[in-house]
Amino acid sequence: MTVPETLEFFVDPGRCIGCQSCVQACAECDTHKGQSMIQLDYLDRAHSTQTVPVVCMHCESPTCAEVCPADAIKRTEDGVVQTARKPRCIACNNCVLACPFGVPKMSTRVNLMMKCDMCYDRTSVGLKPMCASVCPSQALAFATRAEMARLRPGARPVNAFQFGAQTIRTKVNMMVPDEPSCEIVDVTSAMFEPTIGHDILDTVFEGDENEHE
Amino acid sequence: MSNRAKQPPLDRATIAQFGPSRAYAAEIRVDAGVEPDKTVKTHCCFCGQQCGLQLKVKDNTILGIEPWYEFPFNRGMLCPKGVKRYLQQGHPDRLLHAYEKSSESASGFRELSYERAISRVAEAIERIQTEHGRDAFAVLSGASLTTEKTYLMGKFAHMCLRTANIDYNGRLCMVSAAAGNKKAFGIDRAANPWTDILEAEVVLVAGANVAECAPITTDYIWRARDRGAKVIVVDPRLTPIARTCDLFLPVKPGRDTALFSGILQLMIKNDWLDHDFIAKKTVGFEALARSVEEWTPRRTAEVTGVSEAAIRRAAEWWGKAETSFLMHARGIEHHSHGVMNVLSAINIVLASGRIGRPGCGYATITGQANGQGGREHGQKCDQLPGGRDLANPEHRAYVAEVWGIEPEHLPQPGVDAYEIMRKAHAGEIRGLLSICFNPVVSLPDNNFVRAALQKLDFFVAIDFFLSETARYADVVLPGSLQEEDEGTVTQVEGRIVRINKAVEPPADARQDWRIIQDIAKSLGRERGLTFDSVEEIFEELRVASRGGVSDYSGVTYARIEEHFGVFWPCRSDALDGAPQPTPRGTPRLFEPGSYNPVAKGSGPFYFEDGKARFNLTPHHDPKEDTDEEYPIILTTGRVVSQFLSGNQTRRIGPLVDHYPEPKVEIHPRLAARLDIVDGDWTTVESRRGSCTLRASVLRTIRPDTVFIPYHWGGRKSANQLTISAQDPISKIPEYKVCAVRVHKAEAAPEYSDKLEPQQ
Repeated sequence: MTVPETLEFFVDPGRCIGCQSCVQACAECDTHKGQSMIQLDYLDRAHSTQTVPVVCMHCESPTCAEVCPADAIKRTEDGVVQTARKPRCIACNNCVLACPFGVPKMSTRVNLMMKCDMCYDRTSVGLKPMCASVCPSQALAFATRAEMARLRPGARPVNAFQFGAQTIRTKVNMMVPDEPSCEIVDVTSAMFEPTIGHDILDTVFEGDENEHE
Repeated sequence: MSNRAKQPPLDRATIAQFGPSRAYAAEIRVDAGVEPDKTVKTHCCFCGQQCGLQLKVKDNTILGIEPWYEFPFNRGMLCPKGVKRYLQQGHPDRLLHAYEKSSESASGFRELSYERAISRVAEAIERIQTEHGRDAFAVLSGASLTTEKTYLMGKFAHMCLRTANIDYNGRLCMVSAAAGNKKAFGIDRAANPWTDILEAEVVLVAGANVAECAPITTDYIWRARDRGAKVIVVDPRLTPIARTCDLFLPVKPGRDTALFSGILQLMIKNDWLDHDFIAKKTVGFEALARSVEEWTPRRTAEVTGVSEAAIRRAAEWWGKAETSFLMHARGIEHHSHGVMNVLSAINIVLASGRIGRPGCGYATITGQANGQGGREHGQKCDQLPGGRDLANPEHRAYVAEVWGIEPEHLPQPGVDAYEIMRKAHAGEIRGLLSICFNPVVSLPDNNFVRAALQKLDFFVAIDFFLSETARYADVVLPGSLQEEDEGTVTQVEGRIVRINKAVEPPADARQDWRIIQDIAKSLGRERGLTFDSVEEIFEELRVASRGGVSDYSGVTYARIEEHFGVFWPCRSDALDGAPQPTPRGTPRLFEPGSYNPVAKGSGPFYFEDGKARFNLTPHHDPKEDTDEEYPIILTTGRVVSQFLSGNQTRRIGPLVDHYPEPKVEIHPRLAARLDIVDGDWTTVESRRGSCTLRASVLRTIRPDTVFIPYHWGGRKSANQLTISAQDPISKIPEYKVCAVRVHKAEAAPEYSDKLEPQQ
């Protein structure tokens, strides 16, 4: 049995709460138990609690595989880019350096490149990957395109990314908001601080204060 | 007394033997070839959400977890604590034997046989109660225990020890919400199932760091938002749930009542009220309306530190909504006026009339695993099973009959958990048994708590790990982990769920209820404490709760499993004039036309007239406000990777690594004034103690406030600083506000190169 065609992986950073449940659950995967293949970081903790999980995007034409001198990295028929084949991997680190998303990890303990294989043992029998199963805010979701369109009307999936001259198409989708908002809300923006003349709000929250006076 | 003289000991020799040390998955847990013997459907051992999950078991070892997709509350979702909880089992720190204090051992403890330990405990209880009276022996219990165990603890104290002094760690957690709910609604339970959040137009989250403390609730709130709901967050910190909210009200700690009164004032002024509901279903509105007149937007802004425009917008959104859900947690409850805060929040719910219908909800977010069930069946200092009152003669008579004793043999109400510590310090309480409670970390002003424990003639702790508190015990009895026993707990929605046993307790460790019964037997007072199974305890609890507000009489283990949980109240049979109870119980309270045993059909609320109560909520400043000497507000809270006092989670390696040590959060504006940069060792001092931690300089906190998470012990404990001021009604301590001063530390603290992060 293969991954049902209709179920896809979606990353929705707008929903990420930084709890690291995905990181912890990834290390529960039977093929690399104890080691997580997901990276989760604050963008800029000093300014925001925004975090972003980085999972393998499973590229259509994976750079990691293209740069592998030992031809150790394989992509399955259904588009899952796998961890390097153990007998072939020469631990040269080319893939680690070349991946535009920074995904592959070199396990120096076993001299093997390791990466997310989208929980092949689970998805190949119709189960959700561990990370997308547990994610409490569903920033990582495993669903059909139609479901996502219905559940998240304010965002749309993107799976083409530009890195310099290189266009990368991926199996995994990134949810981007329809109306991007780059504003960072500072706590002080909505505070009442008469001593420094700082009783502002209108610039932070949309709409006109006067309409409900 | 100088703060330095009171610093907690480093306890390095004790830590060397008993931890906390960090466990990681190893051996058969990382062997991909190992297949589990069985998977056990159960629930997480940590917070009050009680996410369903499956434990994979092989040879009495829990290998890991598997999501339980069918359980409707969390549908497979888990937070990192739920994912890694299995690492507490088979842990090298696990107490495998009983211990007694010994000056000859470097760790301070030596092993003794379980039987000898039990008789030592019984002898001490007998001696103390004979010499100093029954109330001189106190019991501290906890709300992470199953409901069966909490019922047994109440019965043990009230019937076997006949001491008035039993209380529980929900005193630090749920009591303000409980008292507020009883005053306004006559019943203490979340009013709605969480699915009602999805139907709300406005979701108001007050004092709840949902993403870190109740992570699964994030999904409900954000699904509501995706359906068009506006999300309002009230918090002095811009928490992860606040990051994408529609309106953020950065309230100054301790000013929540003023904020809600200000919102109500605008609702009245603009006539955003449900007059029909107010007239027919409530009492007390006119007096309240007069009392909030003074809370003009300007004055509310001045007191709360929230901009006037933000207050107006919140009132308008809340006032005009057709459906809504208001939820709050410890952020508004951990105050010397916590009950007032809760009541002021309830007032804006009642004024809107939006309760008891689909999409119209109100709830406190329960903290502990059994924060709900653990506060219903008799381990609170003034309580009997079924949510009954120890001071009520009818209630006493009913429970006494179930237990086969005379009502006058039941003690009168005792004192709260902190007062137990004060009485221990004063020498009035001479002996203490504690289970599922780590007051040396979790109670405020914990330098005082350590001193109180040291004055006891005899202290016995039941625990699975040697907690910071158990280090002060004369005898330590090895209890059971959640996965080593079965029973029920009641989660955040009032849904009773089944905890299933996955493994056996190791070596001399015993299931907690057996330990309690062994003590009773050794005392020669085992009558009523001779249960052979957990289900037998539950069957008695059903009878004992029958006819009470927290009625479990219609709940059976089979029904719980069949329906993915049963919501109490769930009666066993139809009372006079009442409709037939449904097998799933009561998911939504206060529905129009609903029946309850207090109102008997006169209305949906749990008072004789069936009407809800508006309560006057005068604003009071926090007990300890800032001044020249201590000019900064300290507020405390949690991080997602740790739970409560950390006795479990500080031993789980991957969770420790996520956020290893507490940091003090400081706004850059304040940090600049104090010449502190990110990562600096920073000393925070209050009138009670001092604590040196690294600074985390960030813009997500009010500049007049610093924040420290409380999960660590010893010199890293935020509760060295907090104040033991308590709410006069609920007796909850004021963890969320005290006055401190902050300065850059001259040097790294002594612990920094002597202890590991979790120690």
